[in-house]
Amino acid sequence: MASNYEDRQRGGGGGYDSDDDGDRRPMGGGRGGGRRMHRRRVCRFCIDKVDLIDFKDVKLLQNYLPERGKILPRRISGTCATHQRMLAEAIKRARNIALLPYTTD
Amino acid sequence: MDTKRQYEVVFIVDPTADDEVPKLTENFSQIITDQGGVVTKAETMGKRQLAYEILHHKDGTFVLLEIEGSGKEIAELERRMRVNDRVLRYITVRVDEDRRRADKLKDRRARKAAKRPAPGEHRRRGPAMEFAEPAGE
Repeated sequence: MASNYEDRQRGGGGGYDSDDDGDRRPMGGGRGGGRRMHRRRVCRFCIDKVDLIDFKDVKLLQNYLPERGKILPRRISGTCATHQRMLAEAIKRARNIALLPYTTD
Repeated sequence: MDTKRQYEVVFIVDPTADDEVPKLTENFSQIITDQGGVVTKAETMGKRQLAYEILHHKDGTFVLLEIEGSGKEIAELERRMRVNDRVLRYITVRVDEDRRRADKLKDRRARKAAKRPAPGEHRRRGPAMEFAEPAGE
């Protein structure tokens, strides 16, 4: 998932798509953006029945922190709203105690 | 305060003062106990690299304390840690509410699973019954 997102950033040259459509339709504008088909994404935390996301679990949180160190938006990862909220909170706590970076480079 | 609150405190110790870690942990635990709290877990997470520099330190020793109490002892502990220059950073997280919520969810899931032993059974029930009824008459 994460690498997918990074590919898009590099290929499309424009960061996140700002039209909040969840990327249902292929992006017409971006160079090379059109060929990616929509695939149904499901929340990984819901599948694993996670009730609590621990801020000390760096390995897990790192999956949702692409190269730049920003929190992966849920339109990319497919995380449900509840879990995205928990995830964001955990990442912010981890950043506070230098387990995760605020920014890279 | 009638119910006990649970907290997780993580603090980072200056890597050059590595040998003081047990003493510091002991000290902080003492503060908690003096204030009427209980330290349920004290664990050194080990030395690890910091994601960014704190006071020109690139790494530090992480220590985790799990505390049960009213919240008063947290205030005192945080004050001590703020003053102590061996402690590079600390974070306190109240965990009892989230844990209770997680337990509730787990409970609900278990009850749901017990009520409906075979997954998919529920979906078929409606229409299948209606078909079965006229066939029987």
